[in-house]
Amino acid sequence: MSSASSSQMGQLVADKHVRYILMAEKKESLESVVMDHLRMNGAYWGLTTLDLLDKLGTVSEDEVVSWIMTCQHESGGFAGNTGHDPHILYTLSAVQILALFDKINILDVGKVSSYVAGLQNEDGSFSGDMWGEIDTRFSYIAICCLSILKCLDKINVEKAVEYIVSCKNLDGGFGCTPGAESHAGQIFCCVGALAITGSLHHVDKDLLGWWLCERQTKTGGLNGRPEKLPDVCYSWWVLSSLIMIDRVHWIDKAKLAKFILDCQDLDNGGISDRPEDAVDIFHTYFGVAGLSLLEYPGVKAIDPAYALPVDVINRIAFTK
Amino acid sequence: MHGRPRKASKPEDEAASAAKAVKLRSLQSQFMTYHHEKIYTKEAIELSTKLLEINPEAYTAWNYRKLAVEDSLSRIESDPNSVKSILDEELRVVENALKQNFKSYGAWHHRKWVLSKGHSSTGNELKLLDKFQKLDPRNFHAWNYRRFVVELTNRSEQDELQYTDDMINNNFSNYSAWHNRSVLLSSLLANRVDGFIPEKKIPDEYEIVHQAIFTDPDDQSGWFYHLWLLAQTVNVESPLLTSSWPSHGSSVILSGAGCLIGSPFNVITFCSETGSVPLILYFDQAVGGVSSLTVTIDSELKGNENLVWEPISNKSSQVSCVWVARLKYLISEPCESKEYKVKVRLGNSPGIISSRGFNFSTPYEFVFTAHVHDTAKDSQERIVSWTDGFELWNAQSKDLNSLATSDQLNAGIDLKWRQAAIDSEIECFRLLADSKIGKLTLARLLMASEAMMSDAVVKGVHYEEILQLYNDLMALDSSHHHYYKDEHSVAFLHKVTSSSESLSRYLFRYRGMNNLVCLRLNKLSLSRIASVEKLLFVQMLDLSHNELHSTEGLEAMQLLSCLNLSHNRIRNFSALDSLRHVKQLKVLDVSHNHIGKHSVDTTRYLCSSPLSNSDWSQDDVRRQNPGLVTKYWDAYFVLRDLNLKQLDIAGNEIAGDEFNSFVLQVVPKLVWLNGQKPGN
Repeated sequence: MSSASSSQMGQLVADKHVRYILMAEKKESLESVVMDHLRMNGAYWGLTTLDLLDKLGTVSEDEVVSWIMTCQHESGGFAGNTGHDPHILYTLSAVQILALFDKINILDVGKVSSYVAGLQNEDGSFSGDMWGEIDTRFSYIAICCLSILKCLDKINVEKAVEYIVSCKNLDGGFGCTPGAESHAGQIFCCVGALAITGSLHHVDKDLLGWWLCERQTKTGGLNGRPEKLPDVCYSWWVLSSLIMIDRVHWIDKAKLAKFILDCQDLDNGGISDRPEDAVDIFHTYFGVAGLSLLEYPGVKAIDPAYALPVDVINRIAFTK
Repeated sequence: MHGRPRKASKPEDEAASAAKAVKLRSLQSQFMTYHHEKIYTKEAIELSTKLLEINPEAYTAWNYRKLAVEDSLSRIESDPNSVKSILDEELRVVENALKQNFKSYGAWHHRKWVLSKGHSSTGNELKLLDKFQKLDPRNFHAWNYRRFVVELTNRSEQDELQYTDDMINNNFSNYSAWHNRSVLLSSLLANRVDGFIPEKKIPDEYEIVHQAIFTDPDDQSGWFYHLWLLAQTVNVESPLLTSSWPSHGSSVILSGAGCLIGSPFNVITFCSETGSVPLILYFDQAVGGVSSLTVTIDSELKGNENLVWEPISNKSSQVSCVWVARLKYLISEPCESKEYKVKVRLGNSPGIISSRGFNFSTPYEFVFTAHVHDTAKDSQERIVSWTDGFELWNAQSKDLNSLATSDQLNAGIDLKWRQAAIDSEIECFRLLADSKIGKLTLARLLMASEAMMSDAVVKGVHYEEILQLYNDLMALDSSHHHYYKDEHSVAFLHKVTSSSESLSRYLFRYRGMNNLVCLRLNKLSLSRIASVEKLLFVQMLDLSHNELHSTEGLEAMQLLSCLNLSHNRIRNFSALDSLRHVKQLKVLDVSHNHIGKHSVDTTRYLCSSPLSNSDWSQDDVRRQNPGLVTKYWDAYFVLRDLNLKQLDIAGNEIAGDEFNSFVLQVVPKLVWLNGQKPGN
């Protein structure tokens, strides 16, 4: 099946999305106040989308970087916004944004990596913060973050992998904790973590591949679990997982690309979870990232495991 | 963020929203002050309650509450009533928050944290769960919390199994309930709990899941559970040896580096500079512990008492289906050809264990004859042609013994209930033959039936139907066309290797090099490789003019010295990673593929490299050309691990002066590139 071609299925209104992102950054709407605590994630979604559309230069790098540093806690971890508590979620986003700008060198890498490594538990799992919530999302975050910082040896990788494998289900998928139901988001996290640590041999690619390809509904969009509605964010989580295990040819890529494009707000920019729903930065990022994985023209290639542009990851991986 | 309709906001709504924003902003700032100044007065805590009611996702507020609770608890004198009232208040706040957003991670975790303080009332928790599961039976937070409460209170697995029964009877379209059922049942079966014997329970479960599948064939809820039942029916716990090379009763000629002129036509000939030949063990599942302690070699061939066995897998894995050792047959002085019998025994001492923890326990041995010959003359490197010099191979040859069903596999390990279950399922699913899930399940059941079949007369009878079913599915469910295409290729290759007669149609001898055994599977629309366990004897493989995008599966073909992948759909060198295990490979043709055409690499993480944190020894190529090594990273890592003499890469977008000269640096011992000697 040939990769997505813009002629047959509608257009990506890239310029409108860029404008939407740049404006959303400034608004003081109810929505942005409610999401105040996860601004670090929002910044990562917005900035990565801009880089994928080759427009990272439209933001002030210095402004972003100095704001990021105000979010760092004395423990080394980063908060979702200035004044909030540190958490592994926002620590990854902070490191990812700095990687985009090639500014990892401003960090005290030892401090940040110690914060992350300190969150590993005896059984190999990771807590999100000092309060002890355990979830395979945090396993992925720790592994991804430390790998970007080139400090993976600070954790017990073998045990981390062991814990992730203990969350593998009989349908080939992965859940948040042992015994938890398979969910595309968790699957992305577990497969990504296994990919980064060279441990994909633990995945039954055919079994998981079939479960994942059956996420494609009649609309062409992907859902996150059986009998649920399709949602653009799964265009990332399901798609990147399929790519990492080399089974992406099992879905109809052209139909998925059309679904994503149909979720655009062609007038105001931004992408929503489903056609005709309200747009937000989260879905704008996942829509564009999904199109990147579908090789949509005009979108830079994104790495399926690190969720950052390939040129950023290649630069980090192959420089010693 | 989800499921809100897109509509332009009216000015009155915008004004109301703006007012709420201002209010919330002021609440948040006030909260932050209390939090940073560690103020835990009643008023301060009330403020956080209000904040969490409006915004249960404000994670810092949940953290604050924990600190406030710890502070309050430290002030009272462990008076149980005071403790209870403090913790009850937390539970109330969580419940309110969950009413706002029953998917709030922060809220659920706070509840667990409160329970961990020792204040628990199972009855209350289960009642709360019932409420949430009625609201949304697929809420995975609730199911996770249920498992947490069950563990805390030691509810029995049987009781929980009954709960999934109730949920499923209420509504079969509840994947979460089926999932939970699979977790509980597999634990009860594995622990051999009273009444949970596979041969009784599995057929019962088939009955139960039928209702889900047959009532609405388009509803996926029961599909994956059924597939799991099929796996339980087909898979035997203890590992077995599927095949080996050399196979039992076969003969093989071993010689030194030179070409042997006039080698017998119907015996496999193996030449090696190092005087060692791969000995291959192929198990039905991944195992560890294969070593000279668990596998013994009985032979007069000297130097084989302590063979080193290696798993064919990536570096960080100690387990594999395929294990290889190098059997030495060094020729110390010129001699007449000599015959040696070699006996390989395994299963006599414990140690070979599957990754699921089951022992390889049935002793097994196989015997083959090695004829060791001296090298005739100096070998002349000759270019290998894929078009000339081939002759059909004699179908009667005993070398095709590997196709005979291994004694091991049909050791009658409670095969009866398994075959009966498969037969019964086949009958059932024939009734659903019009639907997608009906056809797919039927195809899988027929494949399983073939795998279990030992009667050589009847074997192979299902393949025509299986191939037709996959053809039907490609038309019926075109979104998943390539899934069915891959399954079709697998079934096709199983069919080809199901008997000596069918396989011999594709077997040739290559006169240009020692009468190497050549398997020609070109122009067959193959999108996937399979049945490799039956093809371990293959030395030359022609897969040209197919639809392959990866060499996944070929790593077991340890004898392979020549491989033709021209005119396929290979997009990256990373897709050839499995060839790094094939140390014999000398000739590789990947011309006319798609290398360099695509920006997305689907085998990027299935290839051992620094991207997947594989160690990297720096060499001169890297020192002198860091830019090219990054640009062509996968070609660099894959090619430098191969010992190629002949390589064809023409007809790929990546090929050109820059890439071609880079290749010559990475593979300095290459004799022919694109059919030419470099430097000519």
